[in-house]
Amino acid sequence: MEAFLIIIASIFTANIALSNFLGMCPFIAISKDYHSAIGMGMAVTFVLTITATANWIIDYYVLVPLGVGYLRFVIFIIVIAAMVQIVEMFMERFSPTLYNALGIFLPLITVNCAILGVSLFMILREYTFIKAVAFGFGGGVGWSLAIIAMASIRNRLQFSNVPRQLQGAGITMIIAGMMALGFMGFAGMVPIQ
Amino acid sequence: MAETGIQVQAIPMVKPGLSLWHKVKKSRSYTDLVRGLWADNPTYRMVLGMCPTLAVTNTAVNSVAMGLATMSVTIFSSVAISIIRRIIPRRVRLAVFMIIIATLVTFVDLFFKAVLPDISEALGAYVGLIITNCIILGRAEAFASINKPWYSFLDALGVGLGFTASLTILGMVREFLGFGTIFYQEVAGAGWTDWAIMIMPPGAFLTLGVLYGIFNSISKPKE
Repeated sequence: MEAFLIIIASIFTANIALSNFLGMCPFIAISKDYHSAIGMGMAVTFVLTITATANWIIDYYVLVPLGVGYLRFVIFIIVIAAMVQIVEMFMERFSPTLYNALGIFLPLITVNCAILGVSLFMILREYTFIKAVAFGFGGGVGWSLAIIAMASIRNRLQFSNVPRQLQGAGITMIIAGMMALGFMGFAGMVPIQ
Repeated sequence: MAETGIQVQAIPMVKPGLSLWHKVKKSRSYTDLVRGLWADNPTYRMVLGMCPTLAVTNTAVNSVAMGLATMSVTIFSSVAISIIRRIIPRRVRLAVFMIIIATLVTFVDLFFKAVLPDISEALGAYVGLIITNCIILGRAEAFASINKPWYSFLDALGVGLGFTASLTILGMVREFLGFGTIFYQEVAGAGWTDWAIMIMPPGAFLTLGVLYGIFNSISKPKE
């Protein structure tokens, strides 16, 4: 039940893109095109679930018992890079269709701050294993929801008359602000964390 | 050319005579340094490093702390990568960059925890997220891995200062509208109503969007 609450909370009330600003660079850069947004969203959800699980296990069974919590940043970034590499190889071998759809997004994900951010937040909030997995998955779904919504809005925006100064990043930021305002409306739904 | 903008930014740093000033302006060190301040400003021109830009700019002090932390990591990583650029194998260079950056960010995190515990508390997980700030990796890949240490240092310093300045402007605007203060100094006076939304997530997006509009209208359009 707690895990379910965390999934709902990380999709709506504490969306990692709109309330924690994780993964903002791809959120702005890749939301121009609807299909890329879906691909990126799926890739992020997939990698996020796997890396949150892997990082939690490594943190709980290796780093904390050895008393080397300060190595977290270095270890996490290596785990993320390795996981992305492994996922890429597995996909290429076992599911070429999925690889063709997500392949180009996977290398970008290593430096996506959403991946590292979720791992750091889950340590900071002292989640249990189930909660950490739920947070990874829910965070990914929430991020996908945000970027797909943004891509759809920007798709419509092509036909509207945006002032020259605001074209590109400016109007995207303002739309994101309005989306964040909208998502604040979910706040009463689930107590945040 | 955006020459006027560059001059205004650079005058406080170097104040030589006119002929020397001309020489300085033509030198490579100077161009490497000022490029990051205006022409290639990471926040307003290249739209990089968005996550800390939006997340920690609710007060001016947090913004300055984040800017300086990012700047020091950029400088040290650029110089280190530039020194060892010839012995890094091409294929694994990104992994090497990431490990160097992660190590430096660990230092910064421990420094904040030891010396400035309040700021460490306020920045939270975002100190660790300096690792994935694309400005740092971008400088390492695009500049430090193909240039000498001295130029890499200047380039990193310029970009770092540009980033710090952008964050500080955003932080000051948000803190003023949200609390009526700047750097915790009362400026708005009595009768000021706090705009609570400005210190919450939507305020970050809206303020930055409007700032983009302002910066684009005072500088010449790209291309």
